[in-house]
Amino acid sequence: MKSLTPLQQVLALAGGIAALAGLAFSLTSLSEAPLLALFFALGGLSLLRLAVPLGLWLDGGLAVLGAVALIAALPGGVMPGHYWLALVSAWAFAWLFVERLSAAIRAGQLPETGTGLLIPVIFGLALLVVWEVVTRGANVPPVLLPPPSSIGARLAAETNILWADFVQTFIKSVLPGYAIGCLAGLLVAIAVDRSPFLKAGLLPIGNFMSALPIIGIAPIMVMWFGFDWQSKAAVVVAMTFFPMLVNSVAGLNAASSMERDLMETYAASYWQTLMKLRLPAAGPFIFNALKINSTLALIGAIVAEFFGTPVVGMGFRISTGVGRLAIDLVWAEIAVAAVAGSAFYGVIALIERGVTFWHPSVRGGRA
Amino acid sequence: MNRTLPILTILIAILVIWYAAAIPMNAPWQNILNGRAGLENVPFTEFAAQTWAQDKPVLPAPHQVASEIWNATIALDITSRRSLAYHGWITLSATLLGFGFGTALGVVLAVAIIHNDASDRSLMPWIIASQTIPILAVAPMVVVGLGAVGLTGLVPKALISMYLSFFPVVVGMVKGLRSPEAIQLDLMRTYDANGWQLFWKLRWPAAMPFLFASMKVGIAISLIGAVVAELSNASGGGLGVRLLTGSYNGQTIQIWAALFLAAGLAAVLVAIVGGAERWANGRMGVRA
Repeated sequence: MKSLTPLQQVLALAGGIAALAGLAFSLTSLSEAPLLALFFALGGLSLLRLAVPLGLWLDGGLAVLGAVALIAALPGGVMPGHYWLALVSAWAFAWLFVERLSAAIRAGQLPETGTGLLIPVIFGLALLVVWEVVTRGANVPPVLLPPPSSIGARLAAETNILWADFVQTFIKSVLPGYAIGCLAGLLVAIAVDRSPFLKAGLLPIGNFMSALPIIGIAPIMVMWFGFDWQSKAAVVVAMTFFPMLVNSVAGLNAASSMERDLMETYAASYWQTLMKLRLPAAGPFIFNALKINSTLALIGAIVAEFFGTPVVGMGFRISTGVGRLAIDLVWAEIAVAAVAGSAFYGVIALIERGVTFWHPSVRGGRA
Repeated sequence: MNRTLPILTILIAILVIWYAAAIPMNAPWQNILNGRAGLENVPFTEFAAQTWAQDKPVLPAPHQVASEIWNATIALDITSRRSLAYHGWITLSATLLGFGFGTALGVVLAVAIIHNDASDRSLMPWIIASQTIPILAVAPMVVVGLGAVGLTGLVPKALISMYLSFFPVVVGMVKGLRSPEAIQLDLMRTYDANGWQLFWKLRWPAAMPFLFASMKVGIAISLIGAVVAELSNASGGGLGVRLLTGSYNGQTIQIWAALFLAAGLAAVLVAIVGGAERWANGRMGVRA
């Protein structure tokens, strides 16, 4: 116990005591769920750490055993009380494991790469386990919140629909809108950059516009451009334009006057200075806008589909899925959107690393 | 440089372009109307005035939107369900509640993250990932879901706002609470400051500029969250409902009026946070 911090001691005690209590409550029904009984026994035994220190991997093993035992033993109806104790105990062991893991990394006993990545993964898995156990164990109606397993099953069963929605929303609406909006923002920024007067007037208005609920123009765009993907792309254009404009204008000012003077001594023309100095220097700002816009664009397209759409698309599926109480399909759609959004963001971040490799934030290994 | 003149110029340019654009956009429908009325060879000035005065224009003229806002806020009884002030208040209250929740949650998470290594490593990636879930898109579902367990009215909308607004606060506060430099931390240690004193007398004041910057972003997003959350529950009222009903009935002027009111509300809220920032800075001895 000596080597544990106060928080870790509390977690260790909570895990062990909950396991012991679970064992006591389930004495009569030990044979029904042998794995769970094993977990209770081992968890209770871990209280021996009061005398003998335990390795941190043992805590990890206990957490995994608890999660597996719980999911394997989940009853059809409402969970008996000692299952909740098992959940508390497994959660405490998982938390303890993560605490000790990060302490070990900090002390240099474990490598940063690999184990550092393990911690958020464990957290995500623990969330999924709790979600699964609570929704199934407490009989939460699937209409309210379906368990991850049924969402996964829906995901696998409805790939055709999900793919069609993905193509309609992401390929047809988001990508063209994103490209047009970002490009237009960049071009306007370059044009405006030549006139200090326009810049002074446009920048505050651009800042103001990017803080406004531009998503509200969705019904107007549907009226102007019709129900198909064109109106969604138009919403995306409007949403991505202003962040790009504001960031690019700021980025074009990033090159210092000394660097510009140097270009002048080389007798560089405006375009040469722009292409060889100022645009590269604006790179980090432009990529910042590209990253902000990547998630904004997806959200804009999906919300715009609420205001009228052909019978395909992620927003359409979500709104009709809610109406037909097919909530697991809705969650499958959300999962697709989250993965697509993260992947889009990740791709932009990767490109950023390649293009602005010289910038301090990238050189430090974090982007 | 004096900024008023450039901004005014741009605003006037926008108004001129807007009026000009309204003519061709409303022209097809106006031609049909004039054809039915047997009007021919309408002079251009009169035709332009006609396109600026339609009932359901494709693009309403600025003065139509302005007069709709005036009629729907000042001229109407405030308790009327047609009053924009009534709907604006519904949206505003959800925004403020959600913003309060979101800021509190964000600060708590940020404090946990800077004081606990494990929560930094495990929470931060998921907080970032949580923002790629298009909560705006699924907001109506969340509202319906919460309605099924008996949570209706203000709270579900506030929860959507909270989900959107806690993120900038977490990111800003983590950065802010970590902003004191090593030399300042060392000075506190030479004073024999304990953990609480280190937090309240150094980290917390140092994080204030970051908190206010985040809150400005957060309150604007809170409003967006509240408006979108309203899309699912037409009986609840709010600016989002006005947008949706306007969209279904082709009432363009109503849509634009709701949109501008939301925009104005966002601007006022951001300005209020900015005012609070200046006040706090003044109390802390910062000279603006």
